Amino acid sequence: MFAYVIRRIVFGFAVLLGTSLITFVIAFVIPADPAVAVAGAKADPATLASIRTELGLDQPLYVQYGRYVDRALHGDLGRSYIRREDVARLILSRAPATAILAATAMLLSLALGIPMGMLATAYRNRAPDNILLLISLGLVSIPVFWLGTILLIVGGLYLRWFPLGGFDSWRSLILPAITLALGSAGYYSRILQTNLADAMDQEYVRTARGKGLSMSAAMLRHAMANAMLPLITLAGLDFAGLLSGVVLTETVFNWPGLGRLAFEAVFNLDIPLVMGTVLFSAALVVIANLIVDLLYAWLDPRIRLSQRA
Amino acid sequence: MVPATRRQFRQPMKLRLNPMEAIGAAMVLSLLIVAIFAPWLAPYDPTRAVANTFGDPAPPSRIFLLGTDQLGRDVLSRIIYGARVSLTVGVAAMAVTMVIGVSIGLVSGFFGGAIDFALMRFTDIMLTLPALLLAMAFVAVLQPSIWSILLVIGLVSWTQIARVVRAEALTMTQRDFVIAARALGAPSSRLIARHVMPNVMPIIVVMAVLGISGTLLLDAGLSFLSLGVPPPTPSWGRMIEEATTYFRTAPWLAIFPGLAIFYAVLGFNLLGYGFLRRRPSPS
Repeated sequence: MFAYVIRRIVFGFAVLLGTSLITFVIAFVIPADPAVAVAGAKADPATLASIRTELGLDQPLYVQYGRYVDRALHGDLGRSYIRREDVARLILSRAPATAILAATAMLLSLALGIPMGMLATAYRNRAPDNILLLISLGLVSIPVFWLGTILLIVGGLYLRWFPLGGFDSWRSLILPAITLALGSAGYYSRILQTNLADAMDQEYVRTARGKGLSMSAAMLRHAMANAMLPLITLAGLDFAGLLSGVVLTETVFNWPGLGRLAFEAVFNLDIPLVMGTVLFSAALVVIANLIVDLLYAWLDPRIRLSQRA
Repeated sequence: MVPATRRQFRQPMKLRLNPMEAIGAAMVLSLLIVAIFAPWLAPYDPTRAVANTFGDPAPPSRIFLLGTDQLGRDVLSRIIYGARVSLTVGVAAMAVTMVIGVSIGLVSGFFGGAIDFALMRFTDIMLTLPALLLAMAFVAVLQPSIWSILLVIGLVSWTQIARVVRAEALTMTQRDFVIAARALGAPSSRLIARHVMPNVMPIIVVMAVLGISGTLLLDAGLSFLSLGVPPPTPSWGRMIEEATTYFRTAPWLAIFPGLAIFYAVLGFNLLGYGFLRRRPSPS
């Protein structure tokens, strides 16, 4: 188990290094001159040259990359060209709002998706299964920014139950969380249905059923344990993905989170901030991957044992 | 899966659609018809002011069935023409995605070893990068145009397809008919083109159809962030973005283009999941 953990950590670290290299390359493909971005379009050549020296832009690319990785390892992601603030600090100041939104949405989508998947499996190939399949396909087909806009019009404008954006109280949280959750709920219900139906056909469940256990008891006590594993993987990765992938929802609801920070950064071609947010979200995905892998090994002895062999 | 032989190809195709495929196919077909015949179906020019609105969007009426926008343009005509851009981008972006994903997957699965290791680690790295954020950054740099959007969507969405195709190609390479062909001296290019590729084709088709719903949503999302096909070309995502300014007074501006996106995405999803139900298990 210990060797397995170490191997996973090393692997995750290697992936992150690759990610940083790709973001670095992308940043250098960008034709905008960072020195101009810092000093403004009207700066004279001497000022630009001194800024280039100051930012280390006159060094060879591999030196710049080495320096970037070294600083990133020490938690220094550089300074934003436009906001003139520390990128790492900016990201951390915006992370809580996004984390709250992502966590609420995740809980909501699981609370909706898991019962839907179980119900569909219980009525496999009968009317409720087909209806639930259609509902979940409908849910994954809704454009998230449109759903948010509609919820805002109905819930905020006509019913006046919720504020029209921003993040002031728990009330502001509800509409964006629903917006994010519905699509994933449809997706999770399909994944769970597939795995649960598979598990219900396994020998151990049929044995339990043969010994007189009711369908619901067999599902809850025996099949669910195995069917939940792939769902945990997905949810873990999605949660990390949500933290960065909320750009559209945050834009609709004017949510003061990471998504909007990234959006602004892209629009202003604020390269350190773009690189920082991309790297941060990649790090979250890698960490989530690691946690999921370890959780898997802990929950499913077969993985632990096969890794040891 | 039984390896495809000439004989099977010659057999007349018996096309019996299950209900999901039938509904999905009908929806996709209707979209195609709307896109192709847009100039005949649209009641007005989508880019010109056809109503005197003086900056105020007009609600749906008998003359303008879905209302007009702030510039006096007919919403229905814009949605009809929008189908052209959305379908073109959705399908063409999927084609770019497929070219990248299928090549990487086939090469990785067929050759294995160090090539496979390198390509799959590269895929792992790409999977950690946030797709929308990456697409936003690329488009912002390349300047939004129909070509840059196609390319960017392809560049950020090939990973899943590469993985699936690799897994399929890997099992195919170990099958007897491939080994036999290899023993007869067939070069790798022929093995891939004539033996592996045709047998991986069904899953590629399914992934492509399902993938179009993804590229449609990504394109709409980029348009909503003003990073889509630039105006005056009507695009559903941009229509919703423009409507957000008027959502207090003119909610119909946001509602109808969204329904169009939903319809298109649902159509491809139904078709794709219908295909999936044919196969015993999606690998």
